Amino acid sequence: MKLLTAFISGTLFGLGLILAGMTDPLKVLAFLDVTGRWDPSLALVMIGAIGCAAVGFAYAGKRRRTLPDDDLQLSTRREINAPLIVGSTLFGIGWGLAGYCPGPGVVGLWAGSLPAAVFVIALFFGLEAHAWYDQERRQDDADEAVADS
Amino acid sequence: MSVDWSAFTPWQALSGGILIGFASVVLVLWNGRIAGISGILGGLLIRVDGDSGWRFAFILGLLAAPWLWAAVHRGSLPQSSFSPGSPWEWGQLVVGGLLVGFGTRLANGCTSGHGVCGLARFSPRSLVAVLIFMSAGVATVFMTRHVAGV
Repeated sequence: MKLLTAFISGTLFGLGLILAGMTDPLKVLAFLDVTGRWDPSLALVMIGAIGCAAVGFAYAGKRRRTLPDDDLQLSTRREINAPLIVGSTLFGIGWGLAGYCPGPGVVGLWAGSLPAAVFVIALFFGLEAHAWYDQERRQDDADEAVADS
Repeated sequence: MSVDWSAFTPWQALSGGILIGFASVVLVLWNGRIAGISGILGGLLIRVDGDSGWRFAFILGLLAAPWLWAAVHRGSLPQSSFSPGSPWEWGQLVVGGLLVGFGTRLANGCTSGHGVCGLARFSPRSLVAVLIFMSAGVATVFMTRHVAGV
């Protein structure tokens, strides 16, 4: 059941990205190109998505449980720290360079787009690099904790 | 600033957005999870037992979407005139992919996790993330299109 709902969610998400035009890097770049010939469409994508999601999340927050009665696994973090700021900056630069963010890249992959495939392969190297970095960092923290004790 | 009205697709954008929002509501109400693509992909690399199935299912859904779209639209996928030619343009895709992968994991979210789900939950962390990555994206496009001129 949970696999089915995750699959349905992914399918709807992908259809939404296609309909919204986000799978076209040129449209995304035209949105980011505010000093050029600006295409404001993506602002409406965000408004539609956030508006619809806000209703659902408010309901989920009130229930505190999923419909099948399991725990919600939602982040409760509130701190604004260096990783958030540096990470978002790097992401923004990459987004502006490629015109793809992760979702449209994956959708474009199966649609047979070579640029999307190149992007997604690089994306996985980036994700893997972070997994490695994160592990090293945890290891360093653990070593320091041992040295301190 | 000049708005390119000929490229503006308000109804597709709005209805596509609503569909994206609805998809994230489905995932949170049935799976209790945030529909953040970078997080879903990243979680596949650090395998935790019993936590991979829903991730694969969601990604399969994303991959199925263009086929479903094509089936409804008589076999035609949405076309883009995007075709990188020069080595510089391919390089942008590669460097862009690396930065998006590393950056989104460092910041714990991308356009979907922070931009849609985070803002829908009124998370201050997500608001900061969105303002920063939007600004960085705008600055980058300004540099590549209007300063470097490629």
